[in-house]
Amino acid sequence: MKIAVCVSHVPDTATRIKIGADRKAIDPAGVTYIINPYDEFAVEEALKTKEKIGGDSLVYVITVGGEANKDTIRKALAMGVDEGILLKDDNQRDSFGIAKALADEIKSLGCEIVFCGKQSVDYDNSITGQIVAEMLNYNCVPVVVDFKIDGNKITAEREIEGGKEVVETELPAVITTQKGLNEPRYASLKGIMAAKKKTITEKPAIPSTNFAEVLDMNLPATKQPGRILGSDSSAVAELVKLLREEAKVI
Amino acid sequence: MANKILAVLEQREGTIKKVSFEVASTAAKLSKELNLDVEAVVAGAEVSNINEVSKYGISKLVHFKNSEFNNYSSSAYADVFSGYASEVGATYIIVGNTAFGNDLAPRLSVKLNSGCVVDCINLTVESGEVIATRPIYAGKSNLKTKLNSDVKIFTIRPNIFKAELSDAGSFSVDVKEVSNPNLKSKVVAYKKSEGKLDVAEADIIVSGGRGMKGPENFNLLESLADVLGAAVGASRAVVDAGWRPHREQVGQTGKTVSPTLYVACGISGAIQHLAGMSTSKYIVAINKDKDAPIFSVADYGIAGDLFDVLPVLTEEIKKIKS
Ligand SMILES: Cc1cc2nc3c(=O)[nH]c(=O)nc-3n(C[C@H](O)[C@H](O)[C@H](O)COP(=O)(O)OP(=O)(O)OC[C@H]3O[C@@H](n4cnc5c(N)ncnc54)[C@H](O)[C@@H]3O)c2cc1C
Ligand SMILES: Nc1ncnc2c1ncn2[C@@H]1O[C@H](COP(=O)(O)O)[C@@H](O)[C@H]1O
Repeated sequence: MKIAVCVSHVPDTATRIKIGADRKAIDPAGVTYIINPYDEFAVEEALKTKEKIGGDSLVYVITVGGEANKDTIRKALAMGVDEGILLKDDNQRDSFGIAKALADEIKSLGCEIVFCGKQSVDYDNSITGQIVAEMLNYNCVPVVVDFKIDGNKITAEREIEGGKEVVETELPAVITTQKGLNEPRYASLKGIMAAKKKTITEKPAIPSTNFAEVLDMNLPATKQPGRILGSDSSAVAELVKLLREEAKVI
Repeated sequence: MANKILAVLEQREGTIKKVSFEVASTAAKLSKELNLDVEAVVAGAEVSNINEVSKYGISKLVHFKNSEFNNYSSSAYADVFSGYASEVGATYIIVGNTAFGNDLAPRLSVKLNSGCVVDCINLTVESGEVIATRPIYAGKSNLKTKLNSDVKIFTIRPNIFKAELSDAGSFSVDVKEVSNPNLKSKVVAYKKSEGKLDVAEADIIVSGGRGMKGPENFNLLESLADVLGAAVGASRAVVDAGWRPHREQVGQTGKTVSPTLYVACGISGAIQHLAGMSTSKYIVAINKDKDAPIFSVADYGIAGDLFDVLPVLTEEIKKIKS
């Protein structure tokens, strides 16, 4: 069986955001990029699924973006993914455009199961996997914390407010992965060496128009730092008073 | 009038959720500004509080009914709502940004060939177009965006938009029985987390960080949460240490919350933590380090030992509540 993992290449979560001159995107100067943290769970689950199914299963990692995304592909290859595909596009796309490129590639590869992260920590859209699934007419379970596959049958638990939903569906399917699903393996030295010999195919991503037009990017208004009311429990009375009378929240 | 705004409501276990009233009210408000009709839709088996929707400026609700619809089915719901949206010529769809909305909205957007802006914290109408603002980079920045597709879908962050009372004059409920729903994907069980309120839904959250020193001390927070009717949250340091379950984690790789009151105890305020809670209406910080970054977002702070402050705070609040 062919398995796909979609990964995005994102600024490290500790990055302080500087807005670019056009006010439509961040200024990438000095920003460290990493594999999207949720996509590590997707890579791990794809590898586990391959190990479980066995046979001549193959795992492909696919990313849409610029040349630099190859670092993230290499990270996935070092963890054990078989082949990398860069769908090259240096322009910004909305989720629809990214999903379209991914869906076309998944279709031409013939992957029956696709793992995405639940959310890319740059634009925090958390919809790409669901869109890919709909475009391919695949089933989809987002935000999965427990995944079982038995032949064609999938049983997945997804996190929702106040609990978990147990979803039953079938292949072909897209799963988006949430923390708690697994512990992503570290790339071993051997894995890193082996990754150097693996293929990374590069091709232009199909052109696509964006539905979403970015008008402006801005920094949220900084809050006035509040009041420090004291340094021990003697300040509690005033705190309670303020919460009651000024904030009116209790 | 052909064009419509649809407010897609969410029920759980037969009760329409609070965020759905925010959705209804937001859709009703937009319909006035855009001069469009508005309708609410819900899928469910029996839904107990349907009439409550009428309070938020909605005069028509369509209830798609099937005995299987008590539980969510992404395939069935997406078919039903997208079919109806096409039938009535809906040009705007508003959904809550919850697990339900986040699953459903992108599917509707493919079926209706429309764009989708998720997790909006503001929607304004400028020259007849809806402009959405949403946090990106986990709230470190905001993006203003508009959609250029014929149909436009927006999901709204819970607890940000007001559910404003507005009388629409009349209210009718149209029940449509759905036969043979597409149950390719279906929820077969709902496992409620044991115990308390969920951070994603709570109006007040009291959160603990590494400064709590150990899992045994979280009873201090539980007691405070009890008197406030609050949920208990946690920093990632605490979750990684195994003191609290991941579902309580607030932050960039946990939950994004925006309660009315967020009380951070022994949390330093790392950028990834702030990302998940900085849109809270009021923030209180209790931290013994007066230079901790959490104080830069807090409205009120006590720069002291939480083991000294928390029990007194719980007692004081207990007093005023009784
Ligand atoms: C990719 C990535 C994602 C992340 N995602 C998240 C996330 O989603 N959520 C999150 O929270 N973090 C996240 N982090 C981690 C984040 O960077 C911090 O490490 C974490 O938030 C720190 O948790 P803390 O504030 O509990 O602990 P610390 O930073 O150790 O702070 C403990 C605080 O307790 C105070 N304290 C100690 N004793 C007392 C006392 N007796 N009374 C009062 N105060 C006391 C100290 O002064 C200190 O400020 C992420 C990191 C990475 C790299
Ligand atoms: N540019 C991209 N290339 C490949 N996969 C992506 C890309 N952007 C998003 N994804 C996948 O979609 C998931 C959700 O992303 P998003 O909807 O942008 O939050 C990510 O975790 C990735 O698995």
